[in-house]
Amino acid sequence: MVGAHYFGDGLTYLNPSDLKGKLIAIEGTDGVGRTTHIEMLQEWLEVQGYGVVTTGWTRSNLMSKTIEMAKEGNILDRWSFSLLYATDFADRLEHQIIPALRSGFIVLADRYIYTAFARDFVRSNDRRWIRDVFGFALVPDLVCYLRIDIDTLVLRVIETKGMNFWESGMDLRLGGDLYDSFKKYQSLLIGEFDKMAEEFKFEVIDARKPPEEIQDELRKKIQQLLTEEGLARTAPILKESAEA
Amino acid sequence: MSDQTTPATSPHPYPGKLIIVEGIDGSGKSTQLLLLHKWLESKGHKVFFTEWNSSELVKDTTKRGKKNKSLTPTTFSLLHATDFASRLYHEILPPMKAGMLVLADRYMYTAFARDVVRGVSPEWVRKLYSFAIRPDMAFYFKVPIEVAISRLLGGTRGQFKYYEAGMDMNLSQDVTESFRIFQSRILAQYEKIVDEYGLITMDATKDIAAQQDIMRRLVDEALKDYKPRRGTHGRRSLFWRRFDVPKSE
Repeated sequence: MVGAHYFGDGLTYLNPSDLKGKLIAIEGTDGVGRTTHIEMLQEWLEVQGYGVVTTGWTRSNLMSKTIEMAKEGNILDRWSFSLLYATDFADRLEHQIIPALRSGFIVLADRYIYTAFARDFVRSNDRRWIRDVFGFALVPDLVCYLRIDIDTLVLRVIETKGMNFWESGMDLRLGGDLYDSFKKYQSLLIGEFDKMAEEFKFEVIDARKPPEEIQDELRKKIQQLLTEEGLARTAPILKESAEA
Repeated sequence: MSDQTTPATSPHPYPGKLIIVEGIDGSGKSTQLLLLHKWLESKGHKVFFTEWNSSELVKDTTKRGKKNKSLTPTTFSLLHATDFASRLYHEILPPMKAGMLVLADRYMYTAFARDVVRGVSPEWVRKLYSFAIRPDMAFYFKVPIEVAISRLLGGTRGQFKYYEAGMDMNLSQDVTESFRIFQSRILAQYEKIVDEYGLITMDATKDIAAQQDIMRRLVDEALKDYKPRRGTHGRRSLFWRRFDVPKSE
């Protein structure tokens, strides 16, 4: 990450400029297939010989259990919730993402700070505080946004895993039942993601397309980044290994 | 709709009163707050008490993080902010809105002093706590480092705890020396905070009773126009019940 920098008030005790790897974030609302695409991208990159580390929302050692407990009803206010996710993110940033970038890995992040921005904004109508909180985050080299419209999303979620309490934003009491609430909540999130897509220059990918086409587009965007940064792998490597 | 319209630097809009104490370990702030609590109750006030880093959920996490020494200055700071937010929402705001008295042992100024010494940006940690309400009275118990050390070593605690002494910061192998360096830096931060937020400085080297007399006089003066409110005159009961929500996937 040549010239890597922090989103806002960064970590004063850690200079990001010597990070060699690349940080790629895949964003999008629930049910757009982020996780599946990240698995495929990891495979594709590893076959080419890149070191890859993946990191996912709420998956930190420190916080994953705590967040589960919080979701069971111990914490319901907007600030605690956003701060729990920020703590989870900070733990992963300092213990996974930064060490991996320092060693030259490509880091694929399943959701990034923009997810927290959208969720907090929907609950507060305030953009400033949550962005201040995440000031210590690294700005990614590439953000791919898997965009879907609400009607397609609703059908897809019902067909697959069904709607759950938090994905429906039931804490916000937006609708009379799970369906209405899900639709309203996810529409608000999509609206905010669309705004951020312009503000932060996301690469927008139409998530209504067949998975193979989405994967091709993701690969193209990543290939472009790696080529620009002089990291593209070339055929001779294979030839040398064949001779050896 | 924005919560940012009431930053921690302007007065809160609630009928209750929030009184907080700050100071390093061994400054005697908790003793003074306890005595104030007794006095206010004896005068017939309904008083609620809340303490730094005490919400169950966050306390367990902090304990786990401390145990495997995986906490960084940033996660340490964020966990304390989470605890504070949760207590603000569940323990401080309901009685404040109902017009009651709330006493807090440590407030956001602890984070401004301690987290900055641990290495987070002073601007960042202030923005982090911008959702907090400004206390009606904030007492800072100022004590020279040597007095604090002799109180803690001579008192019931006997020895310093790992994080309280800043042992994670590799300041010194010797626990007492580490405590001295770490807490001295915190004292220096408090000095700035006192000016920045207009805390009331108390001479914490004085006798316990003498300090308490001053504190009660100041509180009495500040509560001059305060109309006490309480529902029952019996024992305190649970006034705020947390909801159960369905478990998510």
